Amino acid sequence: MEPKNTDLSTTNNHGDFDIEFINVTKHYGDVVALNDTNLKIPRGSFHSLLGPSGCGKTTSLRLIAGFEQPTSGDVRHRGVSMVGIPAYKRPVNMVFQHYAPFPHLNVEENISYGPRQRSPKPPKQELKKLVGEMLELVRLPGFQNRRIWQLSGGQLQRIVLARALINRPAVLLLDEPLAALDRKLRREMQMELQSLQREVGITFVLVTHDQEEALSMSDTISIMRDGGIVQTGTPSELYDTPVDRYVADFVGESNFFSGIVSAADSAQATIQTKTEISLTAPYPEGGKHLTIGQRGAIAVRPEMVLIWPLTHEQPKDIDFSVKGRITNRIYLGHQAEFRVVTDSLGEILARIPKTAEAVTRDLAPGDEILLGWQWNFGLAMPDA
Amino acid sequence: MRFYALLVYLFLYIPIGIIVLFSFNAGRHASELQGFSIKWFGIALSNPFVMEALKTSLIVAGTTALLSSIMGTMAALGLQNVRGIVRMIFDSLIYIAIMIPGIVFGIATLVALATALDFINPMLKNIWPIILGEAPRLKLGLISIISAHTLWTTALATVIIRARVQGMDRSLIEASIDLYATPWRTFYQVTLPQIFPGILAAALLNFTLSFDDFIIAFFVAGGRTTLPIYVFASIRRGITPEINAIATMMLIVSLTLLFTSQGLLRKRK
Repeated sequence: MEPKNTDLSTTNNHGDFDIEFINVTKHYGDVVALNDTNLKIPRGSFHSLLGPSGCGKTTSLRLIAGFEQPTSGDVRHRGVSMVGIPAYKRPVNMVFQHYAPFPHLNVEENISYGPRQRSPKPPKQELKKLVGEMLELVRLPGFQNRRIWQLSGGQLQRIVLARALINRPAVLLLDEPLAALDRKLRREMQMELQSLQREVGITFVLVTHDQEEALSMSDTISIMRDGGIVQTGTPSELYDTPVDRYVADFVGESNFFSGIVSAADSAQATIQTKTEISLTAPYPEGGKHLTIGQRGAIAVRPEMVLIWPLTHEQPKDIDFSVKGRITNRIYLGHQAEFRVVTDSLGEILARIPKTAEAVTRDLAPGDEILLGWQWNFGLAMPDA
Repeated sequence: MRFYALLVYLFLYIPIGIIVLFSFNAGRHASELQGFSIKWFGIALSNPFVMEALKTSLIVAGTTALLSSIMGTMAALGLQNVRGIVRMIFDSLIYIAIMIPGIVFGIATLVALATALDFINPMLKNIWPIILGEAPRLKLGLISIISAHTLWTTALATVIIRARVQGMDRSLIEASIDLYATPWRTFYQVTLPQIFPGILAAALLNFTLSFDDFIIAFFVAGGRTTLPIYVFASIRRGITPEINAIATMMLIVSLTLLFTSQGLLRKRK
């Protein structure tokens, strides 16, 4: 471990990262909330911790905030260890899940709470000016004297954002900040948070269980499960090259075909399903390699699946096809979604973009069709 | 059904109503009404014995309310982090303290105080510097009533304030700490304002309890006379409209405080 009074040379080595987890483990009694986790969040980025409840994402956030101390390992801010430093001395601020505005204070007193803890206290005029600027930033000018109970959910959200941002923290932590808002307001706040992050330029760390939210807002995402990070990457990396079935399932939708690995090398694997169908696909980048005899799965995104009527000839590039019957067709505007039942591969989901509609326009539930995909659009991975 | 309910209420409140009614009696007898007058209130308030007892009662009740709400707050805040068997023991002890009959409490505190004084007084005599003259002899009085009442009402204060502490959003405290407030500043800038209505309600309620208490005070008062003790003593010489006037005034004070504290407890959210 490095000494805590880090000199400049060490700071420079790690200073590009606002937050670093180095082998961090956190136990609550017998429960392991976070297990030997490593994480680097680059300065100025919008990073999301995504996972179901109990995966350790909130624990990670509380470790950064200082409400919890790691059982072992190191949590660093710009290369400097923060272990043992209490929450009120850390240069990070948090937006709580239920906002936690101080109900006995008005909006102005809430927002100026942080600066008022400094000693010496900033002069009154300066505080007033700062609060005014913050209210402009969150687009609630003139709200200084409102009481907390007079505000709607969306307004409260902006007030607690202002209350955090007025301190110019190095990192802003957001704990499921949009969970309590209705759908329309949530979309609006997602965009607003994103542009706010670009405007103030500080690192945002968002905790959420909503994949759509994480994908649409973040520069980078860490997918978490059972107290550990499964994969960290940009939204498109996670979508295009999920390292395992869990990530493929969590980020977007996938068709999975599982079975026993019958052939494998360092680039691709072939899986034999129960129904004696052989499917071959490459590994995702950074994914685990498979060995013959183990259980594996091929994941295929619905966008990669093509369908065509029996009377048509097989599209070129498609080297594999299987017969099926359409059970459902949903019109989604920009694309059409087909549910197809096949004898050999079970139910398969296909999404056909509007631009490729010529072949599928007249297909309806009940119709027999052929379906297939280009082999290298599938991904071979262990069957979790 | 409603008729029986009415009878029950009449049975409960008629005696009190009669006392209030007769405190406005112009005549000197407690049994027959001879017109309306508020002269007995004047007579009661100009009686030096009444005023002395009232002063004692106010000091006792005020100090008790203050001390028990401070200790109740400390207990309520401390207990929120205690779990398991230790918590169960504390909870049982608190409820037992509330349920103990006044007379048992009176005897117990009297015995405890007397034993303590028997132990302290000789010691004090031995260590007292001669230069300061004769050693003071501690005896039952104002301080012993206050300690007994504080002991008795702290349990109730703890229960009332704890309800408020539990109703408080814990993330408010974390939010304050996150915003650079030290634990101590967080206490008086967030926790205290949040639970203050509970503390005030407990203080008012305990003021009433202490102000009205006769049983415990009677055991540990020593030579001091509180208002209830004075009323009890004078009632042996017969009921006069003056006593009725004192009772009416005590009733008004108690009810006002009681309603205020109930209002404070109900107003949350």
